[in-house]
Amino acid sequence: MARRASTEINAGSMADIAFLLLIFFLVTTTMDVDTGIVRRLPPPVEEEIDQKIKERNVMNVLVNKNDRLLVNGKPGSVSTLKEVAKNFMMPHFPDNINFPEAEQKSIELIGDVYVSKGVISLKNDRGTSYDMYINVQNELARAFNELRDELSRNKFGMKFSQLTDENKIKAINEAVPVRISEAEPESIGGN
Amino acid sequence: MSKFRTKKGKGSPAINTSSLPDIIFMLLFFFMVTTVMREVTLKVKLKLPTATEVQKLDKKSLVSYIYIGPPTNALMYGTESRIQLNDQFARVNDVPEFIASEREARNEADRPFLTTSLKVHNDTKMGVVTDVKQELRKAGAFRINYSTLKGVAKN
Repeated sequence: MARRASTEINAGSMADIAFLLLIFFLVTTTMDVDTGIVRRLPPPVEEEIDQKIKERNVMNVLVNKNDRLLVNGKPGSVSTLKEVAKNFMMPHFPDNINFPEAEQKSIELIGDVYVSKGVISLKNDRGTSYDMYINVQNELARAFNELRDELSRNKFGMKFSQLTDENKIKAINEAVPVRISEAEPESIGGN
Repeated sequence: MSKFRTKKGKGSPAINTSSLPDIIFMLLFFFMVTTVMREVTLKVKLKLPTATEVQKLDKKSLVSYIYIGPPTNALMYGTESRIQLNDQFARVNDVPEFIASEREARNEADRPFLTTSLKVHNDTKMGVVTDVKQELRKAGAFRINYSTLKGVAKN
């Protein structure tokens, strides 16, 4: 029997091969997490149901094709939109005719709170730029988030985004519902 | 001169590099696992708007994407914003079919949680976005996400 001395495989290039693969994956990796503003679309309406909402409960936000804002019939700007929306959505008690109605609700974990019946109605033109639309959505979201944060700090001692308890999140959601209604599209301002 | 000789005589032992491939492999596996290969080639320009109140989309497998923006090949397709579904340009009427096929590809239990992420270029007019939203409503895909970058929104 011819015993061949087993020659060791040269593993010196192993590192190089691994490096090559590593660099390939490094280059192709995209670690971006998708972020965005999450919204729920309303189900389609079968027929025009004229839902009666009291005028005092609605805040109208219109964006025209030149990206100009009309807030409750007056020209507005994005920088002040958040404050206006926040003021509007803050439950007012005792009843104030200039602000939306508030109803008393008892919610688990929070107790008795006043929940505003206000709705923010957002309407945009076909010519509005997407950038502006997102800006407006963002400002409105900020208003709601700040209200939620305030309530959450009051009741649970931490910000809404830091809450981990499912039930607490639900409770805050119920106390400060995000009520942004988007009108059925129609062309305003002649596109 | 003898100084040099003595140093040479002692000689520090070479660093053992036999574990180097293992370290590299470890890194390699990490990147292999985290890599998500982009499955579509973009035919539209995407410059996403920035916003501050963003949420993370957690389950990537339950997200279907709709891209809207001006075509990259402006000479061929013009500069008007177009819709891209999967790998090709589409019209608004193609959206329900796209949603249906996306639903079909998912587990039955996961279907209600399917989110549609709208990746829309900054300068796009809302008209086309509104049309897509209307189609999504009709198709029953109510969970949507306006894809934005996290950052300071400019006023």
